[in-house]
Amino acid sequence: MTQDENKEGIKGMANPGRYGIERIAYLLMRLTGLGLLGYFIAHVYETSNILRGRMGWDEFLALTQTTEGHIFLVLVIGMCVFHTGNGIRIMLGHGGVGVGKPARPDYPYDPASQNYRHKIGIYSSIVLAAVAMMYGMAVMFGE
Amino acid sequence: MAQVSSIAEEQATTPLSASKSVLLRISRFNPETDESNKFMEFSVPYQKWTTVLEAILDVKKHFDHSVAVRYSCRQATCGSCGMLINGKPRLACFTKISELNSNVVTVEPMNNFPVIRDLAVKFERLFDTHQKIKPYLIRDDTELESDEKEFLQSPEELENFIQFANCIKCGLCNSACPTMTTDSSFVGPQALAQAYRYVADSRDKGKDSRLDIIDESHGIWRCHFAGSCSQVCPKGVDPAMGIQFLRGYLLGFRS
Repeated sequence: MTQDENKEGIKGMANPGRYGIERIAYLLMRLTGLGLLGYFIAHVYETSNILRGRMGWDEFLALTQTTEGHIFLVLVIGMCVFHTGNGIRIMLGHGGVGVGKPARPDYPYDPASQNYRHKIGIYSSIVLAAVAMMYGMAVMFGE
Repeated sequence: MAQVSSIAEEQATTPLSASKSVLLRISRFNPETDESNKFMEFSVPYQKWTTVLEAILDVKKHFDHSVAVRYSCRQATCGSCGMLINGKPRLACFTKISELNSNVVTVEPMNNFPVIRDLAVKFERLFDTHQKIKPYLIRDDTELESDEKEFLQSPEELENFIQFANCIKCGLCNSACPTMTTDSSFVGPQALAQAYRYVADSRDKGKDSRLDIIDESHGIWRCHFAGSCSQVCPKGVDPAMGIQFLRGYLLGFRS
């Protein structure tokens, strides 16, 4: 334990177990964001291979036709769909849309901002991502 | 250090009639002398209505009076006894042991606050950020002058902010916030919710100045709507809701 601020650090930020599905969505949003950033950088590197001519391009593209390449792309599809779906939910929430109305709270003080609309949004994003990944797998591995 | 003691073994002057007991693990840490925290363990009898604070005070009374804990009202009003109870920020006086459904209760100081000793933490930063958002009505005139009447407000206008006026400044929201686990400069959900409390008050005219204060890199934009602050609030304040409404003003969703 540090003497200064007693902060949990990344470990606490990434521990989703204590605060329900909203905190899990928060963690998934960070992870998928980082994953998509990594993909974006890799994608720029990949497309820059066209400068090596047709052979160089085909050579690099062949990497995505391997089992590992397919798994990577399936993960990218899942990350993309979840990040988009949950991102729309969060953007609306950030504007104060769908977060409930202020009212005198009653015990047991269930927070109105964590309402069923947001929970449905989170679960829908997860399900959509899973469906998209399964579709991606069917297309890529079903050849 | 793991010291297991039992109140049943103690020759207590007060008769105890509890039928159950729980293992209470208390984090001990003195920043002036210790490198890291240690847990002391006590077997404490409890009833259906026994709170975690009462169990800690039992330990202080019967075993170790040096356990440092801050408390005052014992009824979730003063906001003094916030701590991590089984890993989650809660008020010790508002948490019954029987509700935890565990034979082991671990109490630690709240995260994101400097530790004074054991379970007591410093609140200076919380009060500083609270003060920063100007937690008072801002307007040119005053109701204190003899020829003025009090500022009128309809019940509907009151409903807009009364929920946020319930804040007792216990700091549980700041302890649960995932941004505060890494960002020492973040203004925090407590102060942001209080900024909304005054922005939403029809008597207040300081909306623009408050929005200027929170519209900075370590201000409202660091909130990512994880909602943990609202889940741990013992008074139903729902800081996440207030913060999103505030951001709605800055993004042009609200006027």
